[in-house]
Amino acid sequence: MTTVIDGPRLLELYEQMLVIRGTEKAAHDAFLAGLVKGTTHLAAGHEAVAVGASAALRPDDYVFATYRGHHHAMARGASPAECLAELMSKATGVCKAKGGSMHLTKASAGMLGSYAIVGAHLPLAAGAAWSARLRGTDQVAVAFFGDGATNIGAFHEALNLSSVWALPVLFICENNLYMEYTPIGTVTAAKHPAADRAAGYQLPAEVIDGNDVVAVADAVSRAADRARSGGGPTVLEAQTYRHFGHSRTDPATYRPASEVQEWLDRDPLDVARRRLAELGVPDGDIADANVRAATTVADAVAAAKSADGADPAQALTDVWADGGHQWRT
Amino acid sequence: MADLITYRDAVAEGLAREMRRDPAVVCLGEDIGAAGGVFKTTVGLLAEFGPDRVRDTPISEQAIVGMAMGAAMTGIRPVAEIMFSDFLACCWDYLANEIPKMRYMTGGQVTVPLVVRTANGGGLGFGAQHSQAVENWALAVPGLKVVAPSNPSDVVGLLASAIRSDDPVVFFEHKGLFASRGEAAPEGHVVPLGQAAIARPGSDITVVALAATVPLAVAAAEELAGSGAQAEVIDLRCLVPLDMATVLASLRKTSRLLIVEENPYQGGWGGTVASIAADEGFELLDAPIRRVAAECVPLPFADALEDEVIPTTPKVVAAMRTLLAY
Repeated sequence: MTTVIDGPRLLELYEQMLVIRGTEKAAHDAFLAGLVKGTTHLAAGHEAVAVGASAALRPDDYVFATYRGHHHAMARGASPAECLAELMSKATGVCKAKGGSMHLTKASAGMLGSYAIVGAHLPLAAGAAWSARLRGTDQVAVAFFGDGATNIGAFHEALNLSSVWALPVLFICENNLYMEYTPIGTVTAAKHPAADRAAGYQLPAEVIDGNDVVAVADAVSRAADRARSGGGPTVLEAQTYRHFGHSRTDPATYRPASEVQEWLDRDPLDVARRRLAELGVPDGDIADANVRAATTVADAVAAAKSADGADPAQALTDVWADGGHQWRT
Repeated sequence: MADLITYRDAVAEGLAREMRRDPAVVCLGEDIGAAGGVFKTTVGLLAEFGPDRVRDTPISEQAIVGMAMGAAMTGIRPVAEIMFSDFLACCWDYLANEIPKMRYMTGGQVTVPLVVRTANGGGLGFGAQHSQAVENWALAVPGLKVVAPSNPSDVVGLLASAIRSDDPVVFFEHKGLFASRGEAAPEGHVVPLGQAAIARPGSDITVVALAATVPLAVAAAEELAGSGAQAEVIDLRCLVPLDMATVLASLRKTSRLLIVEENPYQGGWGGTVASIAADEGFELLDAPIRRVAAECVPLPFADALEDEVIPTTPKVVAAMRTLLAY
């Protein structure tokens, strides 16, 4: 079932991307204001990958993301308020403030975690795809990962075994050109770090425009269809760019100004606005979406800031399935 | 006389019983299917349950355990085999960072009901990279249950509990015990996790043991009995949950504690047992707590060298005599 994105649908996706962008900016501001401890890895600039993929997936599909995963949590249905509350160590956080920025998870929406050990979650997605096969469903599992993950063993183990078992899994690389602070091209023996490796595992691959939400939805839709019909995994390499640094207050001065400008000119929100105009969506509707998104984010920030802090009693819960932490008699 | 069965056959029997009971139980690992496992602990499973539920994998420990985790999070109960426990190091990220932390980090949103089975321990001359007793590695990570049976009946009963557990379990099968025989487990046999067994009753000294050190401690106790002293040997069965209630109850009788463990003294599980005994049982003790553990060196190859490093019956008997004479 190919996803059709008409004007009204694209307007919804545009608003989702706006909300994510606004939430990421709010997270940045909260970090600078000392309301977020530890670290954050913001996904501003990557919104089209998450929103486009989610538009092409079913609610019962599984998504696994990385520590740069706020956009995936929200695209799958975590609210901006519960994500910001998690970052701000609040009791209302999506993980009760036990996970933090790097581990946003919304299992009830099939968003099965954000993983902060690079590449570790690719085998997990393969396992969820295997599980779907064993249970006789036609669900698919998706692993989103950065370009840096393509040089770790788990990436290669997962691609190989998923190919051999023809699992319904999608491997979607968000190639933002930098492995933390290092240009990925300087440490990788492939021009396209994910897509070029796929052939070695006899997997189909596509390099796609990760800043075009429609292009992402189309590619994910095709790959998901293939996976559901027994055609096995697909590797997608979405080319994108982060608007902030790698983490925390990294100013990303290692990126040439001309390169930054080139990518800002291809901001996924601008790309979506151009497409909306092409589809004849009135400017007034776009303006209304802008206002709604700004309100959603402002409300989320207010809700997170006013929420109660994490409950200390929660520190000793949730280790075991019985909810407790007892390890001895 | 009850039927006797080997420890290795008990592993296959325990797996088969759970796979018959619950279609969500599946196995994956290197050479577990057609070959029946390099230790022949999965013989017959492929024939009975087919290739969808008994899957041979490549030599990809991260994929084996990572896929087991992903499947466990989505409604399956996988039993992953890591051929030698030394190889847990190849996928340690999953056992240290992913599997035990996911439930906690997500505020209880995710359940990971899986078992990682692995052949553990020395005594067979496999050398330093295939002989280690590494149960203490797993003990060091909050969020893992740690099981290590000492006899065929417990293999079946503890496997049943491990597979039915909604928590992740690392299940250490001892290589040195695979050929040993014991009573077959009755139908429906289930041994709860965290319940130690009295392997040999006694009143003069408590000897706490696990897996292969249980028969070792029992043999030492029989030798000691010749001189009139009776050792009580406790088979912990599990390190997590750790049944210290049974250990402390025994100490109330004996007032002397010897711990026999195959992992190195340095960081070994006996340190945890000793710590709790000292903390909560200090007034019960009439002698220092002693540990017979592996020397803190890599495992050597030759038998004559390996015996110098790991616990042996003479070492245990000597330690018991020292404690009794204190």
